[in-house]
Amino acid sequence: MLTKVHTGLDPVPGVWWKPAHKAEKLWVSIAFAWCIVLFAMMPLWHWKGGQNPSGVRTRVDPKAYYARTVAFAKQYKVGDDRGLPIVQPPPGADVYLVALTFQWFPILKLQQGKEYMLHLSSLDVNHGFSLFPLNVNFAVAPSFDYALRVTPTAAGDFRIICNEFCGIGHHTMVGRVIVVDSTGQAVADNTAASLGHGGAR
Amino acid sequence: MTSAALPAPGYSPPPGLAAYRTCPVTARKINLQAETLIKVNAVVSIVALLIGATAALLLALTRWQAVHLLPAVWYYRILGVHGMNMLIFFIIFFEMAVLWFASTVLLNARPAAPKYGWFNFALMLVGSLTVEAMQWSGRADVLYTSYPPLKAHPLFYLGIILFAVGALGVVGQFFATLTIAKREKTYEGSMPLVVYGAMAAAIIAVITLLHGAMVYIPTFLWSIGVIREVNPQMYRLLWWALGHSAQQINVAAMVSIWYMLGGLTVGAVVLNEKVSRWAFVLYILFISMASAHHLLVDPGFGSAWKIVNTSYFMYMAVLASMVHGFTVPAGMELGMRLRGYTTGLFGWLRKAPWGDPGFSSLIFSVVVFGFFGGITGVTIGTEQINIIAHNTLRVPGHFHATVVSGTAMAFMGATYYLIPLIFRRKVAFWKLAKAQPYLFTFGMLTVEFGMTFAGSFGVPRRHWDISFSQAPFDVPFNPAVDLFLAMIGIGGILAVAGAYSFVLIAVKSVFFGERIAEFPKGVVVAGIPQGLTNPPVHPANADELNEQLHAPSRGFLGPTPGTLVLVGVFFVAFMLYYFTNWKLLSFLWKIG
Repeated sequence: MLTKVHTGLDPVPGVWWKPAHKAEKLWVSIAFAWCIVLFAMMPLWHWKGGQNPSGVRTRVDPKAYYARTVAFAKQYKVGDDRGLPIVQPPPGADVYLVALTFQWFPILKLQQGKEYMLHLSSLDVNHGFSLFPLNVNFAVAPSFDYALRVTPTAAGDFRIICNEFCGIGHHTMVGRVIVVDSTGQAVADNTAASLGHGGAR
Repeated sequence: MTSAALPAPGYSPPPGLAAYRTCPVTARKINLQAETLIKVNAVVSIVALLIGATAALLLALTRWQAVHLLPAVWYYRILGVHGMNMLIFFIIFFEMAVLWFASTVLLNARPAAPKYGWFNFALMLVGSLTVEAMQWSGRADVLYTSYPPLKAHPLFYLGIILFAVGALGVVGQFFATLTIAKREKTYEGSMPLVVYGAMAAAIIAVITLLHGAMVYIPTFLWSIGVIREVNPQMYRLLWWALGHSAQQINVAAMVSIWYMLGGLTVGAVVLNEKVSRWAFVLYILFISMASAHHLLVDPGFGSAWKIVNTSYFMYMAVLASMVHGFTVPAGMELGMRLRGYTTGLFGWLRKAPWGDPGFSSLIFSVVVFGFFGGITGVTIGTEQINIIAHNTLRVPGHFHATVVSGTAMAFMGATYYLIPLIFRRKVAFWKLAKAQPYLFTFGMLTVEFGMTFAGSFGVPRRHWDISFSQAPFDVPFNPAVDLFLAMIGIGGILAVAGAYSFVLIAVKSVFFGERIAEFPKGVVVAGIPQGLTNPPVHPANADELNEQLHAPSRGFLGPTPGTLVLVGVFFVAFMLYYFTNWKLLSFLWKIG
């Protein structure tokens, strides 16, 4: 027996706890199975996939982190551009990047195909790390050190955009990452930037 | 409607509170004090919409890089104004009206402590005016999220607290009114599904507003120097337990309005009360964890925490939306079939009243919310896929599809029915009203596609100048991005024209509209939606017809084959979009 025909505006007399029709059961089952797939994809990608936001996360004093970054920049400095040091650490090294209103410090020079431990933190307010043109985005918060294992897969001249509102100069906050290939060349101009090309050709 | 919901036999209103009128369409008893509360909340809501829409126009014309209207300071300031007015003041004042409507009008009940209702309304109004003053005077340039260590004037936080206290008070009155209705037996059996959905929204509102207190009280104390520091990650965690759960109030309220408009416009029936009510319960149980999907690429939380909180629990809320996404159109289909529109798979849809702004709003709200808002939201809310979406324009692309094309559109559709039913006036500019849902939806879809595509190229949200003219390094975006930003500008103009039309229609109708003495039956009247002059009545043998449509011989397609095909299309679109994003993610650097 079905519940008496009624709209959602009518009070429901009697017992309305009735079995659903097959069509409804079918859709609920499909939707539930799909939700399980949505869930399973995440642990699966940790296991088999190459891009995960896990990293190593620690609490850090913002001033101490800034000092560490300045020391790192001095140690591996190979040049400068617009007043910012270009820093080329050896493959496998811990790489420090600090966000402060309205600057990314320093400029990084990395090698294609090598793994680095990239540390992100902020000296002052929240910032957003957005690697252009790859569209890789991470949140950067003061007093948290977000260390991600990264392996650049293509050479090129990349930018870091700030994508978390950090104050009135937010839109001027751009940093630079250079990735060189095995011959030491950064092949790219970003005019050919597009999804799917790894940002470089 | 199939049966007029009259008070139970023997019902008599308490002495001194007999100020009722009887609705000429639904025969419900409407308490006049409650009616006034519905009216004032709805009017303030529409004023907030007007401010928010004007802000939206300025923002769209700034993000359209070729126009780039506002200077930087005003862009960020107006962005904060837009967020507060749209996501908080417009939506929550309207929801207060919905709560009063559902608990009193739909249950023939009197409101609990109406004077206290005025007190709460005043608190909310003072709170919102304080926030407006702080934002417009440039003392709260911290955007809608106000993440510390960015600091605003203490009155900004205090204004939000006052507003939230008032809203919490109204929610309390809603529960008290439900209790009164039950005790005074103003209805028979279980409360209507629409009221049940509003109750789910109210419960989520309690959870949301408590999180709001947890986040804004310490932040207020920090702003006046009592607390030395607010942990930026803890703030983001608690803020999103407010910010996202607030959207779940909207979803529950919106789905209730879907059921309501379905009933009013096409005689949509409730397929199965158990299934629909369970879906509302899932919203309540699983939504506060959804805070986590705003923190997927944050440094403060581990992967296990992120996966458990976004998926294991949040996907149960996704399940709930997918269930409503079936039961709402299926209820409409069955309602139409019972009324004789039985041709083919989609005869019921073709013969639907597309010229009724209540119906067109409903169908656009369901379709855009589900296909655009739902699919993009679940996809970018996946732990790893969030890497290619976080804080890009893909995020506002998603939530404009849910909150604006979904919730706001549904609220507008409801207003076209509330104007004659509650304000007892004709809807002014009737031809414009009929076109408004089409204009608004088309404009918003253009904005949403523009944002989503631009975001896929990495264009950040909340950003004044993506030409980076004052930055030390060039950022040469793909030229296609200019096209997508132009879509935001042009779509924004159209959508704001749609929003302005709505405000114009609502204000003209409410204050100067032609009064309706009685609703003529069986004729078409300009200014009165067809669901009120030609109510979608089911035939006397509806129950018998319903049994036939449910007969096992009709197979698993059952009574609603058209809807089953539609959700099939939805499911394929969902899978395609979801797995395409995993593919795009796999092109990136190796990150772990």
